[in-house]
Order: sequence, then C-alpha cells, then structure tokens
Amino acid sequence: MTEISLTINGAPVTASVEPRTSLADFVRDGQRLTGTHLGCEHGVCGACTVEIDGEPMRSCITYAVSCDGAAVTTIEGFDDDAAMEDLRQAFTENHGLQCGYCTPGMLVTARDIVRRLPDADEKRVRLELSGNLCRCTGYVGIVRAILSVLEKRRG
Amino acid sequence: MKPARFDYARASDVADAVRLLGSTDGFNKPLGGGMSLGPMMNLRLAQPDLVVEVRRLDALKTVAEEDGHLAVGAGITHSAIEDGRIPEVTNGMMRFVAGQIAYRAVRNRGTIGGSIAHADPAADWPTALRALGAEVAIDGPDGARIVPLADFQLAAFTVALEPADIVTALRVPRLSPAARWGYYKICRKPGEFADSIGAVVHDPERDFTNVVLGATDGAPLDVAALAEAVKGGGTVEIDDAKAALAAQGAVFDDYGNQIHAVALSRAIKGALAS
Repeated sequence: MTEISLTINGAPVTASVEPRTSLADFVRDGQRLTGTHLGCEHGVCGACTVEIDGEPMRSCITYAVSCDGAAVTTIEGFDDDAAMEDLRQAFTENHGLQCGYCTPGMLVTARDIVRRLPDADEKRVRLELSGNLCRCTGYVGIVRAILSVLEKRRG
Repeated sequence: MKPARFDYARASDVADAVRLLGSTDGFNKPLGGGMSLGPMMNLRLAQPDLVVEVRRLDALKTVAEEDGHLAVGAGITHSAIEDGRIPEVTNGMMRFVAGQIAYRAVRNRGTIGGSIAHADPAADWPTALRALGAEVAIDGPDGARIVPLADFQLAAFTVALEPADIVTALRVPRLSPAARWGYYKICRKPGEFADSIGAVVHDPERDFTNVVLGATDGAPLDVAALAEAVKGGGTVEIDDAKAALAAQGAVFDDYGNQIHAVALSRAIKGALAS
C-alpha cells in the first residue's frame, strides 16, 4: 500500500492505496463519489473522464498512486462552475441524456470544448466527442446542447 | 478489467529510475502517462512486477534546440505539442500528428516518449518520427546513448531498450523552410488505432526524403521506391504504391494491400500539394 495526498473537488484527501487501484475506483469505492462512471476500463469510452490538474483525463487508466499531489475534480465538483451550469441546463433542454451513463464524461469533455475551443463548429464538436461514447441518446441532442452553450458564450 | 498486482516506486530523477528498474530481476516497467501501458495492464496483457513512475521528472520535460535538432523530452504530452506549447521545427507536421492521437483526454496525459517506447505499430509517433528521421535518446545502466529511430523499433511492441533503460528524449531534425510533409491516417473512427498510416517528409535542401508506412503488423516500413518517386517529383497513384510494397516483399491481405497503398498515395499527394 502506498500513501497518497491529493485534493478531490477542492478538499484535501490522504489515503493508503494499492498501486493497482485506478483513480476511478479510488474516487468511487474509496471516496463514495459515484458520479464517475466506468465503461470500458481501457480508455476508449470516456465515461470515466475527470479533470486532473485542470485538464480532462481518463481515470480508468490512471492509477491513484500517480495522482499523489494532484488536484482532481470529478463531476460532483462542478456544482458552482458557470460553464457546467450552462451545460447542465443545455443538456436538459436539448435531450442530451437518456440513461445518463455517459453523461459525467460527456459533461467534463463538453466543458473542455466550450472553454478551449470557443469557435468550434458542429464538425469540430463531433470530432472532439469521438472519445466519449453514447449508445442510447445519440449525439444529436448532445451536440446541439454543446453548440448552444458555445453560442451563448460567444454572446 | 483490473490490473494484476504490482509494486510501485516513484523515481526521483533519471538515475534513480534506471537504478529502480534494475533493482530486481522481474519484469519492471517505467510509467509515463500510462495511456498505453494502463490499458495493457487493465487487460492483463502486461503484468509488470514493478512500475517505476517517471512522469513527473523535470529532466524528461525539457525541450532544447540543439544543432539542427529539437530535443523533445520524453515526458512531453501530445497535447503540449498539439497546442504549440513547444517549438515547432517540422513545419507543422508534429502539431498535426499530435492533434490526431486518440482523444484529448488521452493526449493530456500520454507522452511522446511513452508512445515511442511502447511501439504499438498502429500508434502515430513511431511512424511520424521515423519519417522525420528522428533519433531516440536513451539512458541506462551503461550510460546515455542515441539510437536512430529506424534502428530502435525492431518489431511490434519490440524496441532496442535493455530492461533498465529509459527513453529520455526524441531528437527531431529541423526541417528546411521549403520542406514538405504529408501524413495520412486511416481509422474507422477518429482517435481509434489506425488501420494504416502513410508518412512522407521531403526536404530537398537537406537531401532527405522519407516515405514510411505504419500500422502494419510490425515496425514501420521505409518504402524506398516511393521516396525515389517523390524525389523525382512524380505523382504516386494507389497502384504505384501497391507495386512498390509488393516489390519490397511487403504483402498483406487484400484489405491491407489496398488500405496501405491508399494511405501512402494520399500522404504523398498531401506532401506534394503542401
């Protein structure tokens, strides 16, 4: 077991972890933050996407031990985030989710898109979403939701 | 989908990483971003005894312009290259390649050195950097050395690294201003591992022309006949590429022959059009 200290959603956490524990399992099972979902567990589906030190990353193929000292933000940590507030509203209005399994990862990726690529058009949004698989709602509503937030932010 | 148990150590510097990797006789692996090793471990295709984390080492994050080369630290992430956060010496080729690797959430953590050391045939850097004539800087128990990428990757997932060696940097030659490049990747879906990759670098001022085929079942292939065709200024159609591959004994199944010829001819057309 290895001791790690990091912040999760702004709160300091110190814990002892097995090296093979993924960050996703650590936040879900160790911290009871079950908003982070696990789909494929090999970095393809995007359901587990969280923010590590300000950038979206895959928590299923990132080990908790390698996050010692990091600032991790899971979907639960964006309650007061302005971009995420707009995205939540837009996902609701545009039918951007149905079963909700992909939604935490979709939202983390969507937030990255609207902040990093303010001029993104539909083609670019779809390209950026290629790393987040949705298999029930479909992408029409998700893309429309993200485009509406981009539009709003462009004023 | 959980990795087998392994021991973990975090190296304090490159020498410490080399020492730790050589400290036991087991299967010991350095861990950079872990974006390739992580999936392999989750699938239990890789079951290292000891994982030595090198991701945070400052020495692997340096970028230095040297005589005709840019030395890119092995720990530089794909997204840093994609975003232009390091100097661009390849007339935009490295930025273009970086932006197509997997997905942004993977590019934010995955590293150029890790990709080269892992040597997945379908990954981007082994083919792109080989086309550029890059070299690999390695540190190990016997000291530092530099190996041309063409001599580094021996087969799929097989490279000229001894068990306690680590890749410290990639030395990328600076292209002349008039140099042209082409890179064409065929994937079923953006970000997937490629079915084929064609990479072309044509730099007449330096008398350097390279045409490389990636995403085969082995190491990337230099296609010398097509490099000659590019030098001669001729166009390369799909059938020309098929013939060139066949002539050097690179024969695949029908789909492979077609997809590789298409990737090569499109990469060459892209280079000549740029």
